[in-house]
Amino acid sequence: MRYAKHSMVQAEMDMTPMIDVTFQLIAFFMFVLNFSEVDQDQRINLPLSELARPPDVAYDEPLTIQLTDVEQIIFAGDYLSPDGLKAALLREAQIIATHPDKKIGDVTIIIRADRFAKTGKVQEIIKLCQEAEFDTFALRGQQSDRSTLVEQ
Amino acid sequence: MRFRHGITTLDKIEMQMTPMIDIVFQLNIFFLLSFKIVLPEGDFNIRMPSAAAARTMDISESIPTPLVMMADEDGRLTDMRLGGRSFGNGPDAFLRLHHQILDMVKDAGGPGTATELEIELDCDYDLNYEHVMRAMTAITGYIENGQPHKLIERVKFTPPRK
Repeated sequence: MRYAKHSMVQAEMDMTPMIDVTFQLIAFFMFVLNFSEVDQDQRINLPLSELARPPDVAYDEPLTIQLTDVEQIIFAGDYLSPDGLKAALLREAQIIATHPDKKIGDVTIIIRADRFAKTGKVQEIIKLCQEAEFDTFALRGQQSDRSTLVEQ
Repeated sequence: MRFRHGITTLDKIEMQMTPMIDIVFQLNIFFLLSFKIVLPEGDFNIRMPSAAAARTMDISESIPTPLVMMADEDGRLTDMRLGGRSFGNGPDAFLRLHHQILDMVKDAGGPGTATELEIELDCDYDLNYEHVMRAMTAITGYIENGQPHKLIERVKFTPPRK
């Protein structure tokens, strides 16, 4: 029995455009990637302000304290009670005091409080910081394109 | 003259692309999953030493103007007073506060300049923090033609009271 010979035409897909686009996607994602867990914490819904602009120069020694709408204090990734926060702040102050080239005045306490958090709780956090001799604070808000002075 | 035409056989060397494409797709998926939209954030900077520390540092001898912010038990603003003048809790309360601050600053040091005036925020414990941020916005400055202008930069809080 004889079989007829079939000539097979090999079709090759041009992969170049796909690889180009994929590399561009990778480059884009690498540029916008943000590994920082403290900033942009999704548990905190920051209050809006048109004057809240990112600082021109990064803080020398930032310490971030976060306050959720249900009055949970988050410091260094841990949920803390007010007493726990005070102990942690005193510990930080002691660490800074051991460094000869660092001063406690160089430390900026960044307070990221939820827009529905109680102001009294924020004041309590500030008081705890003052007791640990920290005196420079940055109240963080989310930048707004519209004026927040008039209720929308 | 005779030329010798040698037969040159060009072997096509094909690069194996499959592992590279595999890795590239895995990288892509990783970046896609870890991608989050970053919203711009900014700060209001305040320097607020404790009362004892302020005395030793001799930071402020001037008496700050109190801004009293009152709230109901749900944290809603009920009234706001600056220097005895009430701004209520209407939709334009913070705008009226801002105009009052503008008047104070213009009288003190000229428009658009930060002054030596100091405001002390005296807030009810339950007040929603967003109202404090709005008051800070009204007090500390404004934006005109895309340029930020400073008004009163020295803002502090009273100790918390329940």
